[in-house]
Amino acid sequence: MILQINQVSKIFSGHQALTDVSFDIEKGKIFGLLGPNGAGKTTLIRIINKILEPESGSVYFNGKAITNHAVRSIGYLPEERGLYKKMKVGEQLLYLAQLKGVEKSEALVRIKNWLTKLDLLDWSKSKVEDLSKGMQQKIQFISTVLHDPELIILDEPFSGFDPINTNLIKNEIKALQEKGTTIIFSTHNMESVEEICDDIVLINRSKKILEGSVEEIKNSFKENLFHLKFKGDLIGFTNALWTDFELMAKKNNGNLHEVKVKSTNGKSLNVLLEHTIKEVEILHAQEILPSMNEIFINQVSKENLQDE
Amino acid sequence: MNKTWLIIKREYLTRVTKKTFIILTLLGPILMAGLITAIMWIGMEDSEHQRILVVDDQYPTFEILKSTSDVEFDYDNYTIEYAKEIFYKSDYTAVLYIPKNIAYANNAMLYFKKQPSLNSIKNIENKVEKIVEDLKLELFKIDRADFEKVNTNFHLNAVKFSSEGTEEKMDTEKNAVGFVFGLMIYFFIFLYGVQVMRGVIEEKTSRIVEVIISSVKPFQLMMGKIIGVAMVGLTQFLLWIILTTILYTFAVTLIIGNNYGADVVSSTQMSAEIMQNMQPDNGISAKQLIENGNIISRINFPLMLSMFGFYFLFGYLLYSAMFAAVGSAVDSETDVQQFMLPITLPLIAAYMISIFAVQNPNGPAAFWFSIFPLTSPIVMMVRLAIGVGDGGIPLWEVATSMALLIIGFVITVWLASKIYRIGLLMYGKRPSYKEMLRWLIKAEK
Repeated sequence: MILQINQVSKIFSGHQALTDVSFDIEKGKIFGLLGPNGAGKTTLIRIINKILEPESGSVYFNGKAITNHAVRSIGYLPEERGLYKKMKVGEQLLYLAQLKGVEKSEALVRIKNWLTKLDLLDWSKSKVEDLSKGMQQKIQFISTVLHDPELIILDEPFSGFDPINTNLIKNEIKALQEKGTTIIFSTHNMESVEEICDDIVLINRSKKILEGSVEEIKNSFKENLFHLKFKGDLIGFTNALWTDFELMAKKNNGNLHEVKVKSTNGKSLNVLLEHTIKEVEILHAQEILPSMNEIFINQVSKENLQDE
Repeated sequence: MNKTWLIIKREYLTRVTKKTFIILTLLGPILMAGLITAIMWIGMEDSEHQRILVVDDQYPTFEILKSTSDVEFDYDNYTIEYAKEIFYKSDYTAVLYIPKNIAYANNAMLYFKKQPSLNSIKNIENKVEKIVEDLKLELFKIDRADFEKVNTNFHLNAVKFSSEGTEEKMDTEKNAVGFVFGLMIYFFIFLYGVQVMRGVIEEKTSRIVEVIISSVKPFQLMMGKIIGVAMVGLTQFLLWIILTTILYTFAVTLIIGNNYGADVVSSTQMSAEIMQNMQPDNGISAKQLIENGNIISRINFPLMLSMFGFYFLFGYLLYSAMFAAVGSAVDSETDVQQFMLPITLPLIAAYMISIFAVQNPNGPAAFWFSIFPLTSPIVMMVRLAIGVGDGGIPLWEVATSMALLIIGFVITVWLASKIYRIGLLMYGKRPSYKEMLRWLIKAEK
């Protein structure tokens, strides 16, 4: 475990920002910290970075209570982020790296490598304000990873990024993971979560309401729905379902059919195929798993309803 | 410490390489030297020629007014109405109107087109006064010789007597020099304090602050900024002093050495003569005029400059922490106004009290406010000009004031950093004073 969050609570002048939140993050994973706006994600991240202190609870980094020195091994890209506009790109990156404790000579080498990698080397002597927004975002990302952190925390990293930069950064994140870096990824953009996260925690109204691997969670929320495409007679197909399955939706184009079928008693896709394969020509069959987006919306609105 | 040093370095380098810094550093001494030489030049430039039409209701009593090289009197039996009528078309620079009852009223009028210099007016005044005196002497049947015998030119000389028995004339000029020092501190606290505040606001609005405080403690960031700007200020002083000295020396040799060599002598003589006449009613200012060279030698400059260094530095440190706290509490510079009062109020109070301290450097107001940390940097500078120890300010007062300023600085920084730490991460809503007070009281770990 690289990071352990242990019953962390935080109160801001009467407002409960975090309530007994606990979870662990495994080394080398991409971890999604999810939740709607105002759920407490940024507060938790600030506590991990020791910008804020929790009212109660503790944070362990590599098995030890986190210290200011340990925070040096964290790279943090805050949601509210920016750069010194009047400073030159190269100088700025050097300054931020040195603040994280990187030696000047080492920092200069890394800066050159990263600027080359992200195609920004020609801009290193330009002032930040002369760069496009996309370039500034790349510089911000570089500043987060320059000191070679063990743990990278990205708070809404893609907000305001164009699709090209989003993709570029996603690839860099994956490359960092392959090198063994752990990444915390705080967002409410569920598409990117499904694409890159291994594990997630869902926080709503200061409390943890869900945690696990993306696979597990999707499986636990499945509704035994199957999606089938076939050629043949729809009546024959429906009869073949018996009482084990129920036809939920259908769409046809001539004798080409597309249907959604629900298992009434937990029978698997294989059973469904056994029943129907003699009647029609199956072209495509897949179990429908809920998207993270659906789970997110369902869970959050369910929680909110219960609270009210 | 290492990180604080990095912050100081950045704050310093980004500021001293800015165009505005370079321009202000170069322009400052030019303006200052220009101002000093301009004042000297204006002071010398008294050779204006006055051609005055005298209108005398006691015609021809004042016919005896003597023209000199500077002032030419034209005497005619005009009425004042007529004189006023022709004044603007004529080449007269002024009309001197002497009313009939001058011996009782002791008043005459001088109508001018262009404001005559103080010296010219004094000159004319003295000439008329002399005749009025003669008039009165005749009226009261007094002999001029007798009058000169009783005409008293009284002057009280206040002398500082030290325990060693040395004597020194009391000078309000000294206090005036102190006032200038105090004024400079007042000015520079604002100048550099606002720079700290702007820096904080810049970090907040550009949203870089959270990145920085994930690497360093907010306190380190605040202190780094404050010290960095202080070093910028000290650099600027040093450059100003060097450049001003060079420019001043240069200007003085150029202007006084060559062009006005002869005139200086005559104008000094003239002022000396005027001074003699002015003594009874306006002794001090005239003396100030003449003894300007003297005052510089009477001020203990090593003491004043080192004290200036101390009070500027700690006064600035104390106030800049407050400026930093204000900067952290707002989102943009336009919101600053409502939080400036706690800063400007003591500064302006200190300025006003230092005006009184010039008159009475050992009075109770001057004493208390030169001890109180928020006002001491300015008020104490005024008092210090009269010297420390014997006859000046007691040493313990200076020591107390300095110690309290350092303590005040530590407390202010500690309080300001509490507001700063929370304010930095607050966006959108402006905190109220009440809220800021809560930040102060609440001891967040």
